[in-house]
Amino acid sequence: MIRKPFFIAPAKQQKLGFVLLAVLSGITVLPIIALLVFILVEGLPAISWQFLTAMPEDGMRAGGILPAIIGTFYLTLGTAIFSIPPGIAAAIYLAMYAPDNNVTRLIRITMINLAGIPSVVYGLFGLGAFVLFLHFGTSILAASLTLSIMTLPIIISTTEEALHAVPNAFSVVSISLGATRWQTIWRIVLPESLPGILTGMILGLERAAGETAPILFTGAAFFLPRLPTSPLDATMALPYHLFVISTQVPNMPIQVQYGTVLVLLAFVLGMNLLANFVRNRARARRQW
Amino acid sequence: MHKIVIDHLSLRYADGAESLKDVSLNIEANAITVLFGPAGGGKSTLLRSLNRLNDLSDVKEVTGQVLFNGQNIVDSKTDTTALRRKIGMVFSRPVPLPLTVYKNVSYGLEIAGERSKTRLDEAVERALRQATLWDEIYDRLDDPASKLSGGQAQRLCIARTLALQPEVILLDEPTSALDPVSTAKVESLLTELSHSITIVLAPHNIQQSARMADFAAFFLQGELIEYGPGTLIFSNPKDKRTLEYIQGRYG
Repeated sequence: MIRKPFFIAPAKQQKLGFVLLAVLSGITVLPIIALLVFILVEGLPAISWQFLTAMPEDGMRAGGILPAIIGTFYLTLGTAIFSIPPGIAAAIYLAMYAPDNNVTRLIRITMINLAGIPSVVYGLFGLGAFVLFLHFGTSILAASLTLSIMTLPIIISTTEEALHAVPNAFSVVSISLGATRWQTIWRIVLPESLPGILTGMILGLERAAGETAPILFTGAAFFLPRLPTSPLDATMALPYHLFVISTQVPNMPIQVQYGTVLVLLAFVLGMNLLANFVRNRARARRQW
Repeated sequence: MHKIVIDHLSLRYADGAESLKDVSLNIEANAITVLFGPAGGGKSTLLRSLNRLNDLSDVKEVTGQVLFNGQNIVDSKTDTTALRRKIGMVFSRPVPLPLTVYKNVSYGLEIAGERSKTRLDEAVERALRQATLWDEIYDRLDDPASKLSGGQAQRLCIARTLALQPEVILLDEPTSALDPVSTAKVESLLTELSHSITIVLAPHNIQQSARMADFAAFFLQGELIEYGPGTLIFSNPKDKRTLEYIQGRYG
């Protein structure tokens, strides 16, 4: 008989495996929960109506952070405008129309590489292309465009994935009933993949909203205690503001920093929740 | 009367898979023509050539012609969307579109530009009655089509095709995923329809082929081996290969 030097009954093995997996997943979630709790505890006392709606005062040590909140909102909105329509169009082309040839492959490789480029490189590119070459100056416009270029690969790849997830049989049926390719996309494929597309869009925008480096040279203002009035104005923004008050301002009350972190986090997590909500609603309304 | 005239049709896929070799076949109007034979014989390819659904596949070369109402539909200038409205298709796996029952049936018409609610309503009811589905689901038209049973779903797929009032319906193993009761329903439905519509059916077994065939065509490895009235083919085939296949010697 073959000796089994280290024998555990299969049922026990399974139990052990489950416990191990549970512990490991706990470990991955733990840091995030700890971070959230810590920031909530430290930041909540700083949050007040005034903090959210007033201009910064006393070299940003007091007052509110309204311009940074509004600025981040504008930048996110601008990024959405510049990245979502071309992103979805590109994804539809790649997923539904593009022939499988070298050009298409080149586009895909480019996209994968774009997603891997450090964000500060995007920032410098934006400085050269939008701020200087196109004379947009350091502005919401230039910063939004820079963020859009960074967000595009995310939106394209998630949208393409969502489109591919729609069973091909639906398309074949639709076409067999006399639909054109575009009618099939518009009536069947897009509605089916909408939840996935929305999730990708919001995740992309969320990343844009939290970025500092791309807006550093292209649109973010160090200190600008007024609200932007045109897309060509520079603006304060939450991530950059956070960087500034954490490193550049002496005698900064720590409370203000935590408060700003909390607002940025709420903004980003809020978008995440919105994505979930929209996705679940779209799923619930699905007619099959 | 010949509804479709297939004239020396050959087809090759880019990957060299299943193909057709010089197939000539006349499909009779208002009858059931059965295409049968072992897998990979070219039945599906032929069906998908008749409504140009093969355009979606990687077809390398097509020669010969297929005449439908005197028009060569293999020609690249053919209006394929119009063609597919006249020659409908039902697949082996019932795939309801991710829409309501009603929208599934009205889909083809809406795609074709029909906007009138009354006309759509009429067409949906007529198609569902024709597919013997109306009595079962007339009160569930706004339910998701995915909630239907397999047999109902397949009749819905037939109704969906019927809504366009096609001249020909192609069916590729339409009952392969159905239980015997649902299969019987679909079969009697097809027999009924064949009085007014030309039906080309590729069954998934010999028994159904024998039951359903007004005319039968035996395919082997992309070649049409034998064609004739169903009763003749299944009782007294001329070709040894047909006989041996019917007897179950291979396939």
